Amino acid sequence: MQVHTFDVVVVGGGGAGLRAAIAAAETGGNAVGLVSKVYPMRSHTVAAEGGAAAVTRGDDSLQSHFDDTVAGGDWLAEQGVVDYFVRHAHAELVQMERWGCPWSRQASGDVQVRRFGGMKTERTWFAADKTGFHMLHTLYQTSLKYPQIQRFDEYFVLDLLVEDNQACGVIALEISSGELHLLRAKSVIMATGGAGRLFRFNTNGGIVTGDGMAIAYRRGVALRDMEFVQYHPTGLPGSGILITEASRGEGGVLTNKDGYRYLQDYGLGPETPLGEPQNKYMELGPRDKLSQAFWHEQQAGRTGKHGDSDVVYLDLRHLGEAYLQERLPFICELAKAYVNVDPAKSPIPIRPAVHYTMGGIETNADCETSIRGLFAAGECASVGLHGANRLGSNSLTELLVFGHLAGKKAMQRALGDSPCKDGAESIRQLGSQWQERLESMMRGGEPGRPRWPELKAELLKVMEEGCGIYRDEAGLTQALQSIRGLRERYERVQLGDQSQIYNTDLLHCLELGCSLDVAEATCLAALQRRESRGAHQRLDDSCQQRNDQQYLKHSQVFYQGAAPARLEWQDVDTHLSAPGERHYGSKGSGLKGSGAEGSDGGQHA
Amino acid sequence: MRSIQVLRYLPEESPQPFLQSFQVPVTDSTSVLDALNYIKESLDPTLSFRWSCRMAICGSCGVMVNGIPKLGCKDFLRNYPNDLIIEPLAHLPVERDLVVNMDSFLRHLEAVKPYLIEGKNAADSSQPNRQTPAQMARYQQFANCINCGLCYAACPQFGLNPEFTGPAAIALAHRYNLDSRDSGKAQRMAPLNSKNGVWSCTFVGFCSEVCPKGVDPAAAVNQGKVESAKSMLIQLFSGRAIGGAGQ
Repeated sequence: MQVHTFDVVVVGGGGAGLRAAIAAAETGGNAVGLVSKVYPMRSHTVAAEGGAAAVTRGDDSLQSHFDDTVAGGDWLAEQGVVDYFVRHAHAELVQMERWGCPWSRQASGDVQVRRFGGMKTERTWFAADKTGFHMLHTLYQTSLKYPQIQRFDEYFVLDLLVEDNQACGVIALEISSGELHLLRAKSVIMATGGAGRLFRFNTNGGIVTGDGMAIAYRRGVALRDMEFVQYHPTGLPGSGILITEASRGEGGVLTNKDGYRYLQDYGLGPETPLGEPQNKYMELGPRDKLSQAFWHEQQAGRTGKHGDSDVVYLDLRHLGEAYLQERLPFICELAKAYVNVDPAKSPIPIRPAVHYTMGGIETNADCETSIRGLFAAGECASVGLHGANRLGSNSLTELLVFGHLAGKKAMQRALGDSPCKDGAESIRQLGSQWQERLESMMRGGEPGRPRWPELKAELLKVMEEGCGIYRDEAGLTQALQSIRGLRERYERVQLGDQSQIYNTDLLHCLELGCSLDVAEATCLAALQRRESRGAHQRLDDSCQQRNDQQYLKHSQVFYQGAAPARLEWQDVDTHLSAPGERHYGSKGSGLKGSGAEGSDGGQHA
Repeated sequence: MRSIQVLRYLPEESPQPFLQSFQVPVTDSTSVLDALNYIKESLDPTLSFRWSCRMAICGSCGVMVNGIPKLGCKDFLRNYPNDLIIEPLAHLPVERDLVVNMDSFLRHLEAVKPYLIEGKNAADSSQPNRQTPAQMARYQQFANCINCGLCYAACPQFGLNPEFTGPAAIALAHRYNLDSRDSGKAQRMAPLNSKNGVWSCTFVGFCSEVCPKGVDPAAAVNQGKVESAKSMLIQLFSGRAIGGAGQ
């Protein structure tokens, strides 16, 4: 096993990982390892479309961004973390501008901002409708300026090296050769993205399988708030391909099969005139509310059909071809290629699809986990920004703000701490343990051992049936039991490919093992949270309302090996804004005080 | 169900690539990538290929479809009523099956200093630069490259000379050279002026035809030649540069 030594190792080459690597390099030291299972520009940050939020206009305020985020998260966000976030958001977007990110501009040459769901004021920076793509490529290209960043592209991290509750490196599989490598470091940053691929209909790339979450979880770090899974209201039927919320920010409207703008029936009205979108009204309500409204329309038989999917319609026709090409060119391309619709001429059929994992690896406000020197940032992490529901355009900014912080803190920790022990014995143990594990998966020809595709198909079915937009006790109990059964079967999994070079059968099998562990945490937390809050909605009689008495708490799930995972509750930081009610549409107007959301919604539209 | 053929290469078993036929289910929306995933999950677990976003933005799944470079996720079986043969991207070393080695591609990209190089007079770094929509429009299309490598598989010059900087890297250099915020053109022109730079291109233009994102690398190369000519007026007339142009 080859051994490499760094100050800091970053796992994941997406937005958070690249930002962290650059920050670590700028903080000092001389060696940052950046490990990714794909080339950095393939990371799923690339698919984010809409934009990145930061208070920008004179009529906006940090307080307002804070309030929108905390209320949007149904008071389950860590308020000190949100406060840090809104204060550092703008500087990070400016830094991206200085690195060349092609933000869309006003005629004056100043940066343009657009409306986004759940945000009271226009504060979303964007690069047409490929914001994540441009941010990721800008970060990747900028990272090339730093010779101290050494990349390990197409290496799959298997496990952490931990000694005396201190992170000391990672063990990784070189995909092109099948060889194991040990990357030693005094700090490790997980930046591995979410877990949307636990679900069948999702907007996520195939690589979004929860690997980093599982790796930290198996070493004892809590996965926090995993029951909160965001459905994006507008995915394409069949594939789940994302149609950005910016489509609605620019004025797109949602209709049912009768052409009726049904959102007005779900506390989001009154109907706003065509071409005059208002912040926090109708189509600019938050994602959880919009996805839930779809479910009710579907139950009432008012959805249409596209293939075998139930759909509603996103109508952009009134925006006109020229404007669509300027602001939403990628959406036009996707609609044409994947559902054969020209948005200038016909409404786009859409349906909700799993989009984002609010929960993740628990960290403190400095992005550090319960293992000293182990940090996490971006979608894989739960720093506490999003609470029970993320507002669109907060996560691209999150990558930057917390990627930067994690990189800086990790390097400071690495430079300040005494080096890890020699570690030769634990390295040897870790290496042989994984060697044996991989060889046992490779050993073919034994009857009755499952392969990953059948286990994956069952996982997707279980999560869709038991852990979807609406949940209940019986469904979740069944789902949890099924996931535990799948985890047991996975212990005996066997590969259909015994080769060393680019063995993607092995890769997908390892990913599935991660997904199964993360799925258990998700189902357990969803079962135990017997209330409805944000993206977690229960249909059981006593669970349909938010219940602050019992559940103004973060869930924390702890891995127990082959035994069932264990759950604990953790207090939420609400020291800046006492929990209030979430209101959108006209109900959100006129309310004052810390509990009022959207108190002057629409006035700046 | 229909038949498709995939060029297999399993270096641990045989040095010889071979064609293998598979029967795959097909609907009007089945992409080449969907077909490959069906084969992997249901027919043959040893088939290897790269993919992720399945929405034509991550750039992972480039393959040759009936000899033309395509993104597997954005090309559909309905486009091929007759024979359909999937092969690895041309001009790049094949590691296994449809997985090619991207090292030389990345080396070319990284060699052109594809990042903003600010001048000494750059404004206060706590504020964003101004850039009008007209200034943005000069470079914007060249910023849309997803690094999929299809243009390298299309480029006959890259096929003959792997040291040729190639379409995507030249387009990326051009993207920064045209950016009103950038002062790094002089640094970037050295590799572009070299014999493996813009003058290697014979302007076949196939790179622009195959680009799945409507980037026009051929235009970047051509404009790069004008820039290169300006920046090396004298060298332009040396036999070396003319020979490299090959026109």
